Amino acid sequence: MSQNSQTPRGEMVTFMLNGAEVQADPNWNLLEAIQFYGIDIPTLCYDEGLTPYGVCRLCVVEIGSGDRTKLVTSCMHPVREGLEVRTHSNRVIKTRKMIMELLIARCPSSKKLQDMAALLELKEVRFKPLNDDCILCGLCVRMCEEQMVAKAIGFAGRGTDRYITTPFDMTSEECRRCGACMYICPACELRCQGPQAETVLCSGCINTEPVCASEYGDAMCFMVPCLSCVKGPEDVK
Amino acid sequence: MTVDESRLDSIIDEYNAEPGSLISILQDIQAEYNYLPAESLEYVASRLNIPRVQVFGVATFFKAFSLKPKGKQQIHVCMGTACHVRGSKRVLEELERKLEIKAGDTTENGEYTLETVNCVGACALGPVVVENEEYHGQMTPIKVENLLNGK
Repeated sequence: MSQNSQTPRGEMVTFMLNGAEVQADPNWNLLEAIQFYGIDIPTLCYDEGLTPYGVCRLCVVEIGSGDRTKLVTSCMHPVREGLEVRTHSNRVIKTRKMIMELLIARCPSSKKLQDMAALLELKEVRFKPLNDDCILCGLCVRMCEEQMVAKAIGFAGRGTDRYITTPFDMTSEECRRCGACMYICPACELRCQGPQAETVLCSGCINTEPVCASEYGDAMCFMVPCLSCVKGPEDVK
Repeated sequence: MTVDESRLDSIIDEYNAEPGSLISILQDIQAEYNYLPAESLEYVASRLNIPRVQVFGVATFFKAFSLKPKGKQQIHVCMGTACHVRGSKRVLEELERKLEIKAGDTTENGEYTLETVNCVGACALGPVVVENEEYHGQMTPIKVENLLNGK
C-alpha cells in the first residue's frame, strides 16, 4: 500500500502545469485537466456534455519549453506525458485578450462576452463593432445534434458568409422547439443595461465597487467578484 | 422544375449511397441540372440517411454548387491580381451593361450567368474571361461584343 501510493495510479500521465507536476487521466483533454486543478481559463465554445470544437480559441495555453513553445487550444489538445503547459504566460494573456477583443467587436451585445472581457481586463476595442448576434461557436449546432438528437440546425456558407441556419433557411421539420440552442448560446443573452450600455465595451466593469445590481434596478451584472458598471461610489447619482 | 427521382437514384447508386460520397453525388446532380434543385437535396439526404442540414451546409459551402438555376452560357470573369491590373474591371462592367445583370446573376431568359472568379491560373493571358470552360485571353470591353455573339 505504501509502495503503491508512491507510483502513479493506473494509467495516469504526468505533466507540468504552470510549473507544478500534476497527473491526469490520459483520456482528458488539456482543458479538463486544467479545470480539474482549479485553474480558471476562459472558454466560450466548450461544454462538458458536447464534443470539443476549438473555435472560440479563448482557451489557448502555451505548451513546450525554451524556444520551442506554441499556442494550442486546450479543449482540443490531449494531455500527454511530459507536457509543459502554461495557462497564464504573457504570450497567452496577450493572445487571449486579442481574441476577446475580436469576439466582442463582433458581438458587443452579449452579457457573457462582456463579463468575460471584464475578467480579462480588456480596456479598449480597436475594431469596428459588427453588432452581430452570433460568434459561430457552434454550441447550438452541437447541442441540437448531440444532446437533443434533432440535427435541425447547422452551418451554411463559408468564410465571412458563414452562418447558422435550418435546412434551406426555412422552418425545420426536425426542430422540436425545445430551446436548447437558445439555452446554450453565449451570445444571445442581453448585456447589462447599465450606465454605458451603448458602448462597444461595457467599460468600468474592471473596477470592483460598488455592486451595480443594487444601484441600478435593470442591471443584470452579477459577476463574482462584482465588477461594477461604475467607476466608484462618487459616480453613482 | 420537377426532379426525376429515378435519375437521382442512378446517380446515388453509382456511389453505393455512401454518405462519404456526398460531394461527388452533388457534383453529378449539378452537372445534370446545372444547379441543385432543393427537392434533389431533400432526396439525397433521405437516401444517404444524413441530416438535411448537412446536405444544405455542403451545398452552400462550395462555390461550385449553386442552389439557383444557372444560365446555359456561364461567363466567369477573372478578377485576380494580374487580370485586375490589366483592366478586368472594365471588361466586367461592359458585360454587366450588355447583359443587363450584375455579377452573380442570371439573365431573365436563362441564357447567361455572369460570375467573377479570383484566379483561373492563366495570368499571362489576362484579362481572362472563361465562357463555358473556354478561355478567352487579353479581353477588352470591345471584344466582349464578339464573345457574346459567339465569335
